[in-house]
Amino acid sequence: MNWYAIRAIYRFEMARTFRTLMQSIASPVISTSLYFVVFGSAIGSRMVEIDGISYGAFIVPGLIMLMLLTESISNASFGIYMPRYSGTIYELLSAPVSWLEIVIGYVGAAASKSIMLGILILMTARLFVPFSIEHPVWMLAFLVLTSISFSLFGFIIGIWADGWEKLQIVPMLIVTPLAFLGGSFYSISMLPPVWQTITLFNPVVYLISGFRWSFYGVADVSVETSLAMISLFLVICVFIVRWMFLSGYKLKN
Amino acid sequence: MDAVIRIDNLSKIYADGFRALSNISLDIRRGEIFALLGPNGAGKTTLISTVCGIVNPTEGSVVADGYDVVHDYRAARSCIGLVPQELASDAFESVWATVNFSRGLFGKAPDPAYLERILKTLSLWDKRDNRIMTLSGGMKRRVMIAKALSHEPTILFLDEPTAGVDVELRRDMWQMVRELRDQGVTIILTTHYIEEAEEMADRIGVIRKGEIILVEDKRILMHKLGRKQLTLQLQNPIAVVPPALSQYPLTLSEDGLQLSYRFDTRSDSTGIAELLRKLNAEGIDFRDLHTEESSLEEIFVSLVRNDLERNTV
Repeated sequence: MNWYAIRAIYRFEMARTFRTLMQSIASPVISTSLYFVVFGSAIGSRMVEIDGISYGAFIVPGLIMLMLLTESISNASFGIYMPRYSGTIYELLSAPVSWLEIVIGYVGAAASKSIMLGILILMTARLFVPFSIEHPVWMLAFLVLTSISFSLFGFIIGIWADGWEKLQIVPMLIVTPLAFLGGSFYSISMLPPVWQTITLFNPVVYLISGFRWSFYGVADVSVETSLAMISLFLVICVFIVRWMFLSGYKLKN
Repeated sequence: MDAVIRIDNLSKIYADGFRALSNISLDIRRGEIFALLGPNGAGKTTLISTVCGIVNPTEGSVVADGYDVVHDYRAARSCIGLVPQELASDAFESVWATVNFSRGLFGKAPDPAYLERILKTLSLWDKRDNRIMTLSGGMKRRVMIAKALSHEPTILFLDEPTAGVDVELRRDMWQMVRELRDQGVTIILTTHYIEEAEEMADRIGVIRKGEIILVEDKRILMHKLGRKQLTLQLQNPIAVVPPALSQYPLTLSEDGLQLSYRFDTRSDSTGIAELLRKLNAEGIDFRDLHTEESSLEEIFVSLVRNDLERNTV
């Protein structure tokens, strides 16, 4: 393993994060806070409890997940797209590094940022709504797994995209709707039966359900299923990235 | 001869069917400066990119310092530094951060003292905390060289290092390249500034349409293919070249005061002595004479043109 290379990439990416602190950290925290003000405090006070949990507290895990998904994808995709766009990718391709080292460096940095952001939003949420975490270890496990999986997914998009527009399309048109329809703001049991079945094809449902279980001990689907689904997604992403590097897809001629 | 890079039967055909390299076999000797000359689109950059791992070869193999660049890529790439043609840099990074990044990427432990030396050599030390985007084009080029040298490579590729660079920086670079060679670094540079190859290289390879059409020691090449021109400054102007001298390829200047004679240094007899005797017999006096050797540029142009003619016949 070329540890120096992993460290160099990781540091480089983290430096980028801290250089753009306002955009990287402050803006997601502020926008999530707005959700809490509007849905948690203003509207939430007039909503009935869901599964015995106040509405404000109910949406906390979903909102953190929503932010985690979008930020992981955008950070990781930008991280690898930027050198492709500027041409500095030549250095990465000519360096004595394997695909795994490159992925650990880039995805590790993107996931680290998402995890920091998730914890920060969690603390911010606590200022607006009272809640407790029943299974903190599982909560962290879901947070870390989701951050890594979706950073990997973002990394794939960053290699696939050959323009700024494509870079935005997947997060905007696929991930955000899936996250909104995945039970961020409601329990699946509140939907008509047909839609309950359709929703089960939405992978984000499993993430939010599992994450919410770690907070309140209630879930739309079993926690084992959630864990299995997110692990499956992670493994698929790893194989796609591996194939991209070994075949040189959009990276090498 | 100890070959530090051994390219064997290398071909590259791009996905669109374009054949960029055709059966290239080439040995680069340890410690030499090798200049790869060729017109635009000849395959210079593709050849370098294939050795460095940026382009996958279609056929053939490349061995760098004893390691196959595909199978033993870690060992092979560790000893290679690359300065690409395009100025590509991390615009928002500082010079210091970017050279540290490069060193780490190539698997070397941090060595601030070494990097300081590199930056000082390249006159970048004062700019170490500057963002790269604030530097001039020439300075950015230096940063790219510093990045390539940051991991102490024993083989250095310079792809058109002095394209768009001012005279002063070009001289600095030549000096630096020579110093690196003296330290034992093998240097392969591509250029279409022939004077650069003439000034710097130990050996010259000419590539055209993806094929190496010639590899030769620079001095031997100039000697073998060199033409000389004898120029005579006449005492009195003449209107035409006398018929007695018609067997010589002579050209007369418009003012009738200068007579030029081109001859091949390779032929057994240059014919100069005979020509001078005949001029004397014709009563043409001259007050000065000098000879000029053809430059590498002329050699190159004639090589590429000959090859072109051969292919079109």
